[in-house]
Amino acid sequence: MSSTFDTVANIIAETCDIPRENITPESHAIDDLGIDSLDFLDIAFAIDKAFGIKLPLEQWTQEVNDGKATTEQYFVLKNLCARIDELIAAKNA
Amino acid sequence: MRLEYFQMVDKVLELDLEAKTIRTANVVPDESPIFEGHFPGHPLLPGVLLFEIMAQTAGILLLRLHNFDRMGFLASVEKGKLRNFVTPGQTIEVEAELLHDGSGYGRLAARGKVDGKPVCNAELTIKTMAFPAPELRGYLLSTAERIGMPMEPPAGVVDAPALSADAVPPATGKLSHV
Repeated sequence: MSSTFDTVANIIAETCDIPRENITPESHAIDDLGIDSLDFLDIAFAIDKAFGIKLPLEQWTQEVNDGKATTEQYFVLKNLCARIDELIAAKNA
Repeated sequence: MRLEYFQMVDKVLELDLEAKTIRTANVVPDESPIFEGHFPGHPLLPGVLLFEIMAQTAGILLLRLHNFDRMGFLASVEKGKLRNFVTPGQTIEVEAELLHDGSGYGRLAARGKVDGKPVCNAELTIKTMAFPAPELRGYLLSTAERIGMPMEPPAGVVDAPALSADAVPPATGKLSHV
């Protein structure tokens, strides 16, 4: 997870011009870092490229809108990284 | 090209579903009120419209790759360059290539040429979502027909719907992405 987090944090820092030291595993991408949907598209693109996966953003959005999930489940960075690790594992299975 | 209707693409010259590329012809009209102001004595197609031409070419490719089951909206332009003037009567050939098909968005590279010389290029992010108005899909399908978009075979999308203007997916979602 730590290397995943480092990669994701670096992507966020570079994409959104946020100081790297402000980005922690506990950071909420939306509430704490102020990342909006457009910036998150760029982040998703960079994550997809870096890990060779496809973040299911639409599914996550739908689950949040339907009240089946909270934004914390997907957008707190440690949770986001856990999802990324799951997607990588599924890809390599 | 009908500038007053923002219909930029005149013809699909080439579509490769395997390579996920397209090439279009976009003919700048000889006359338009735009040229009276941009600029007197030196008519030029505004650079912002070159980005629109690239966006429409990239967008129609992305829609075709999704079998027109959703609408695309331009979300960002990166690495945009305007390399040469484009004047009335010229034909701009635009090539677009899908770089990445993400979840709810596509990233595409596009470049325009006139007489083989580069005039513009950019990387575009196009957000995709359910059609927000039922008539929009029909309009896009008629546009595809007008510009000679090959509609067969369907692109390799799982559960691709039939290419008909009837079955319009409902617009859903409160958040655009996050």
